[in-house]
Amino acid sequence: MINLAGRDILHGWGKFLFTGVGLGLLIGATLTMAGVFRGMVDDGQVLIDNSGADLWVVQQGTLGPYAEPSSIRDDVWRGISGMPGVAETGNAAYLTIQMAHAGRETRVMIVGIEVDRPNRPGAPPYLAAGRPILQGHYEAIADEKTGLKLGERVRIRRHDYTVVGLARRMVSSSGDPMIFVPLKDAQEIQFLRDNDALVNERARTAANPAFNRPGVPGLLEAAQGAATQSRNVNTVLVRLTPGADPEAVASEIRRWKRLTAYTRAQMEDILIAKLIATSAKQIGMFLVILAIVTAAIVAFIIYTMTLAKVREIAVLKLIGARNRIIAGMILQQALGLGFIGFLVGRVSAGLWGPAFPKYVLLLPADAIAGFVIVMAICALASLFAIRAALAIDPAEAIGG
Amino acid sequence: MDRPDTPAIRLTGLKKRYGTGDAAVDALKGVDMTIWPGEVVGLVGPSGSGKTTLLKCLGAVIEPTGGHMELAGETIYDHGWKIPDLRALRRDRIGFVFQAPYLIPFLDVTDNVALLPMLAGKDNAAARRRALELLTALDVAHRARAQVSQLSGGEQQRVAIARSLANHAPIILADEPTAPLDSERALTVIRILNEMAVQYQTAIIVVTHDEKIIPTFKRIYHIRDGKTHEEAGEGRAI
Repeated sequence: MINLAGRDILHGWGKFLFTGVGLGLLIGATLTMAGVFRGMVDDGQVLIDNSGADLWVVQQGTLGPYAEPSSIRDDVWRGISGMPGVAETGNAAYLTIQMAHAGRETRVMIVGIEVDRPNRPGAPPYLAAGRPILQGHYEAIADEKTGLKLGERVRIRRHDYTVVGLARRMVSSSGDPMIFVPLKDAQEIQFLRDNDALVNERARTAANPAFNRPGVPGLLEAAQGAATQSRNVNTVLVRLTPGADPEAVASEIRRWKRLTAYTRAQMEDILIAKLIATSAKQIGMFLVILAIVTAAIVAFIIYTMTLAKVREIAVLKLIGARNRIIAGMILQQALGLGFIGFLVGRVSAGLWGPAFPKYVLLLPADAIAGFVIVMAICALASLFAIRAALAIDPAEAIGG
Repeated sequence: MDRPDTPAIRLTGLKKRYGTGDAAVDALKGVDMTIWPGEVVGLVGPSGSGKTTLLKCLGAVIEPTGGHMELAGETIYDHGWKIPDLRALRRDRIGFVFQAPYLIPFLDVTDNVALLPMLAGKDNAAARRRALELLTALDVAHRARAQVSQLSGGEQQRVAIARSLANHAPIILADEPTAPLDSERALTVIRILNEMAVQYQTAIIVVTHDEKIIPTFKRIYHIRDGKTHEEAGEGRAI
């Protein structure tokens, strides 16, 4: 039997192809939306993976350090290091800032890490170029997405930093590229006040009789000194010994240190289920709307294409073509349109995805699911046209 | 040539009423008609006389409301359809030629003709062989691979005739087949129909208003106000 759908498509291939391309751009937008969501999840995942930690110790009662502010003393790690199951600890400070460099502004996450030895939790697990931070101050490792080059100097707040290393895919949960600096510098960037504020604070402290008491030498200086330095970090990243139970170690920390500790699974839940929950719902809504729009457009196109063939369908019915042949022709055309649309959509999403400011992750599994959904939508959308075609009276071929 | 024992079509008191009650219209009021294999018969009458209704009833496209209808000796209607699968009836036993050829534009000439045997379950090669045989008989085999849009009106009508013959249908219903053609082409189409009727022993009913071709029929059924009467035609040679 002749494939009527295929012949019809070949006969008007230009029209069919352009219709498919138009549909494909819409499908491409839909796939990109799914890719944006996947990118957000992946950003959260790489943030967890790249930290190299098994536990995150944060301020009690907070969802820190990524989802909520957390501030703990920078010597907390000493007590944690001695606990059973703990292999290594590392203080880390996180701060997102707007960085102006080379005439353009970039939103970056500053990460303070301990640089006394490499591979401390928190440090980038590998470098794409350059070397680790070796000096205690004013050296930085930047993610490639910042646009910074090796050896380049960049101003962050009050100081210039030299880029000594480049990292890849080191991003915050929002997709902002990271710049790693020594912990002390990050603490200064994050917690220290500007000079005017310090002068004002000193004056206020000096005016406070509780700190400026006669007969207590050095009290005022001690109080003023405390205001000029920060001893806080956002989290202590903990790496466990092989075989240690993360939940058991975390509960020990919670119990004895009066801090909150999250395991990797709990941190994934915070970053993926809680932090991006609203965005995920937003994108989910968009995906549903786009799916409905796609279905409506496919239904309209197939319906119009079918109505343009009323006479041919009437003739086919008159000369004895079964309903299943006519329905099959329409269904195959709808699926053909969906197939072309999906191919165009997948290719266009792949082409324009990298141009998006945020990471767009197009997973093969999503593409397969998208393909199945597109085909299902096309099959469903063709039902209207099939219904219309089956209602065509073969007598229309005779006229009268 | 001896007349076969069984007529290709026999209608007895065939009726068709549209609507009910006061709005009812009797389009056919008891049509009697007998057509023999190999015969080309004219069906003429003014507009609204019931020609198209009769054609639709014969083509099993609409259901009559009374009477009796036989195709090649088999009762297909007797106050109700006696054949459960009317589509198969149309596909296998009735050929249609329309005023406009109504070929399928996305199929080439061969496949337009071969489609019918394929729909009947013949394999593609056999169906295409049959199509080429008919296209050769109708002198359009040289356009076998052409697209429908590349054919002249006359060529398209020949292809439509080939399609109507593709399943060896014992009857062909031709609705104004010469209407869009000039005199010469119109007479050529009638000549071809006559040749095909003889060659394939097909009964052909030609519904027409065309004064040029009416004299070519040996028998003519006049239809007026839903009733037919038969008269001998001139049977003028083409």
